[in-house]
Amino acid sequence: MTVAAVSRVQYRPKLLLFAAAAVVLMLLALLPPYIGLYQTQLLTYGLIAAIAALGFNLLLGYTGLLSFGHSAFFGVGAYSVAFLLRDAGIHSMELYILIGLPIAAVISALFGYICVRHTRIFFGILTLALSQVLWTLAYKFFWVTGGSDGLRVARPTLLAGMLTFTGGGSFQRFINAYYYYVLGVFAICVVIMWVIVHSPFGKALQAIRDNETRAAFLGLRISRFRWVSFLISGTFTGLAGILWVPLNGLTTPEVMYWPFSGEIVFMTLLGGFRNFTGPIVGGVLFTYLKTYAVATTEYWQLLLGVVLVLLVMLLPTGIVGAISAVAGKLRPREKSS
Amino acid sequence: MILLETVDLSKRFGDLRACDDVNFTVNKGEFLSLVGSNGAGKTSLVNLISGHLKPNSGRILFEGQDVTFAAVYERIKAGIARSFQISREGKIARIAALADHILVVVRKRRETFDVLGRFGLNGKSSVPAGGLAQGERKLLDVAVAYALRPKLLFLDEPTSGVSTREKTQIMDTVSSVVRAGAVTAVVIEHDMDVVFRYSDRIVMMHEGRFLADGTPEEIKANNDVANILLGVPLSA
Repeated sequence: MTVAAVSRVQYRPKLLLFAAAAVVLMLLALLPPYIGLYQTQLLTYGLIAAIAALGFNLLLGYTGLLSFGHSAFFGVGAYSVAFLLRDAGIHSMELYILIGLPIAAVISALFGYICVRHTRIFFGILTLALSQVLWTLAYKFFWVTGGSDGLRVARPTLLAGMLTFTGGGSFQRFINAYYYYVLGVFAICVVIMWVIVHSPFGKALQAIRDNETRAAFLGLRISRFRWVSFLISGTFTGLAGILWVPLNGLTTPEVMYWPFSGEIVFMTLLGGFRNFTGPIVGGVLFTYLKTYAVATTEYWQLLLGVVLVLLVMLLPTGIVGAISAVAGKLRPREKSS
Repeated sequence: MILLETVDLSKRFGDLRACDDVNFTVNKGEFLSLVGSNGAGKTSLVNLISGHLKPNSGRILFEGQDVTFAAVYERIKAGIARSFQISREGKIARIAALADHILVVVRKRRETFDVLGRFGLNGKSSVPAGGLAQGERKLLDVAVAYALRPKLLFLDEPTSGVSTREKTQIMDTVSSVVRAGAVTAVVIEHDMDVVFRYSDRIVMMHEGRFLADGTPEEIKANNDVANILLGVPLSA
């Protein structure tokens, strides 16, 4: 078989997948007029959470490292935007992203450099500790960060100032426009992450996850791969923070606090960390779950806790994992190679 | 020309001397077999040279460079590689396609198919490694290590657990690929028929030391070897 022939065989299922992804993207793009403003806003939050979880899962699902400090990168993204607005007077969303991303990347690189020297629980504790340092800074240096009051962020301009949101009805226009903006960024993130995990680099990460010793004998520099993975992961989550703050209008130290790291872990477990789409589904579902839990009961943390316990006991591979397992059983057995 | 040299290399596990002042030389281009009963120290020696174990004393010189305490990736960069058994790996290794196993190492698709082609595995590039016959999986183990483009390749029991007929096929493929690529190979092997048939030189280990070192003919004629391996002298 020639190289071309082999490649063609391999790419056919991918084409199907791209078609499915395009259909989902189309459906998401068509939704806003039907679901109304509130649901559009909620879905935007969901997509942003999905980006954060997608980044997080590069570490957990593909590299086998459980970070308990990803709130730090989300917070760095959010506070970067707040500082850029307050101290530099920048209003452009594109500039927020262009400047905020390198900042998130630098912090990720720094934290990663320290953390990837260890694995398992030691790695988790280190990420937790470092993120708590950032939280403390945000909380205590109130003359810089506003302390527990946080920093307000006005609506930015989109697409290099082509879209501005002032005057009457600007809230509605912003929510609608921002939904499509986030959807666009989300789609780009999904494509980039897909390429990363299916590249030789991504395969190497999985080889390291499964057997470090053997991976070392494949000539892979284990800690360097883990570090780059950490860097990419943190930057994605930082991007989510950048996108989140204009929608929320305010950033507080809460986004750096460890329970938010826990929420990112929750999202990923909810969707399933052994699937590419797991964290995406998990991020969106968690946003809805939490919003409705908070609206329904005073004891919403209890409700989420019960969901988490049931999830771990009944669906350890997450929702997407369970669905694909069922689909795998229903599918007629054509070939079992 | 000497490719690899160990100087008084020792490794102890408690009281057990896995390698006891071993002075091992490998010449460029040879196909060398490392033989000996279980626990003789063969695998320990390979683990020391490939960097899986750190020695208690002694030095390892590769092309004149001291690599005794070099990191695994540095040794691989220098040209020392070893095979690993995929059958003992985690789930991803079993469900990953053959091409992916090589792709992780070489990073380029064209080179991947070149390596698979050399081992006659091109037709199965998209088959999961777990779905291969035992013999093919053994070839894949070797192919992964070969993909690192080593100068010196260690193969730990490349034919264990396969039928006699398959052994010949595997060794024919392995030895021809290795010789065609001018790769020096050190093979740990138990089957003496295979050893005598394919080796340029045979080194025999016993209790952490070298007992014999020579061509297949010399080893066949060595009574000590027969004593250790078979329990009886050949010419008794």
